Amino acid sequence: MQLQQMYQEIILDHYKNPHGRGLRDPFDTESFQVNPTCGDEVTLRVRLDGDAVADVSYDGQGCSISQASTSVLTDLVVGRPVAEAMVKLDAFVELMHGRGTVEPDEDVLEDGIAFAGVAKYPARVKCALLGWMAFKDAVTRARTEGGPA
Amino acid sequence: MTAVTAVTAVTAPLDVDALRADFPILGRTVRDGKPLVYLDSGATSQRPTQVLDAERAFLSEHNAAVHRGAHQLAEEATDAYESARARVAAFVGATPGELVFTKNATEGINLVAYAMGNAATAGPEAARFVLGPGDEIVTTEMEHHANLVPWQQLAQRTGATLRWLGVTDDGRLDLSTLDEVVNARTKVLAFTHQSNVLGTVNPVEPLVARAREVGALVVLDACQSVPHSVVDFHALDVDFAVFSAHKMLGPYGLGVLYGRRELLAAMPPFLTGGSMIEMVEMARSTFAAPPQRFEAGTPMTSQAVALGAAVDYLTAVGMDRVAAHEHLLTVAALDGLAEIPGIRVIGPVDGHARGGAVSFVVDGIHPHDVGQVLDDQGVAVRVGHHCAWPLHRRLGVPASVRASFYVYNDLRDVDAFLAGVREARRFFGVA
Repeated sequence: MQLQQMYQEIILDHYKNPHGRGLRDPFDTESFQVNPTCGDEVTLRVRLDGDAVADVSYDGQGCSISQASTSVLTDLVVGRPVAEAMVKLDAFVELMHGRGTVEPDEDVLEDGIAFAGVAKYPARVKCALLGWMAFKDAVTRARTEGGPA
Repeated sequence: MTAVTAVTAVTAPLDVDALRADFPILGRTVRDGKPLVYLDSGATSQRPTQVLDAERAFLSEHNAAVHRGAHQLAEEATDAYESARARVAAFVGATPGELVFTKNATEGINLVAYAMGNAATAGPEAARFVLGPGDEIVTTEMEHHANLVPWQQLAQRTGATLRWLGVTDDGRLDLSTLDEVVNARTKVLAFTHQSNVLGTVNPVEPLVARAREVGALVVLDACQSVPHSVVDFHALDVDFAVFSAHKMLGPYGLGVLYGRRELLAAMPPFLTGGSMIEMVEMARSTFAAPPQRFEAGTPMTSQAVALGAAVDYLTAVGMDRVAAHEHLLTVAALDGLAEIPGIRVIGPVDGHARGGAVSFVVDGIHPHDVGQVLDDQGVAVRVGHHCAWPLHRRLGVPASVRASFYVYNDLRDVDAFLAGVREARRFFGVA
């Protein structure tokens, strides 16, 4: 049974009890991302405070993988410097595109290492990255536009 | 060229074990040794060795460019290509000149849509295809994107208005507004014969009758009906229809457009270039008669030969038996799902006027996750919106799980599928 490798307890916990869910004000930018192959979607808001990620809030619909990975994202980046959040984002993207060959660094990704098994299923990589791509887009625009979208 | 040996020995009812021997892929395992249970034929079918062998035999013995060259191979290749066209035409109740080979069914619909878009600048014989502001194109809410987006685009290009028939809660076409939606302004009525999501078989007769009353052209998406049942385009009295080779035991890279003879004769071309001309000068050209007018460039020759073999194979099995067999599997799947708590079937819940696509959602589990558990059991199903996003929106679900059956599936496959759905509920703690 390979299923447990993908659906680690941590993932199922985040899916059933998501962290940081619900859209909040105030925010600087909002990103809407959709997976066109399945229709899963996420709306994610970012508020920066100087060089730090002050808040990430989100809403959406999707599978356990996309919902849990967005929940893990909020744990990893809220309250951290933007530069550190981007390091984590790069590490998570590298892990997900590694087809199971990348050894994740728990110091960097914390609960995010639970998604290592998902990386072996190419069809689910987009699910795991949905919220992270929304975060990347929102942060990038917040830093270039510098204000509410 | 094509040997259909295995199936000629099959007697009613379908001997699926004998037939499965023709499909090598069905013997393989997936996900750590699980026997493959392939329930995704609505997306693409598997191919029997007879079809693979026909393509190889053509390429190893007769290959040449068709409709040109006076050498022997050119003659043989042309004969093989046109013989395939004739057999495919007979299979769907059409004459060979009414069948156009395209890249896929999607291109077939685009061919009609673009030809209509080109009609305004073509000759007077193309006048009946011209669309403009005030004209209406009607489709339905249950269409595959391939029978929706090309019409949206045609409406945008011409200024025509796009309208659609709705879907009832139980997954049938809502015909209560037919006379209002299809009216004197309607120039095209495009709808699916059989929904790729719901399995619903639409009533062609009243739709065609209404189109005839108002003088609209009927375009039928037959991608999910031609592979699974007896379909006769002349009897259905539609103007255009499309279907896809790879969904009917045939190869990728080949779709078929049917067009009523007099319509194809009057319709301007879509793609232009070699093979489709009558005469070319530096400043102008005239075009060949159909079907060549709509087959610009070197055609999908070996693929057409393979589709011919697929049609031979299905004919030897008997399309009435294919339909009966799939009906049996569909009813077994629907009955089995009805016994599992927390399942909502998207589409008709009984076997009446429906084909072998069974889509559903499971309370508390996203379709992706249901599909993942099934995959872990070796059961291949489709998850997502199946290229019918507006339909899913209409039925209030973001996505669904779809099992679809074909001639090589049996009741063991249905049992494996139902066991997988139960396992998904157990795994995600909703059982």
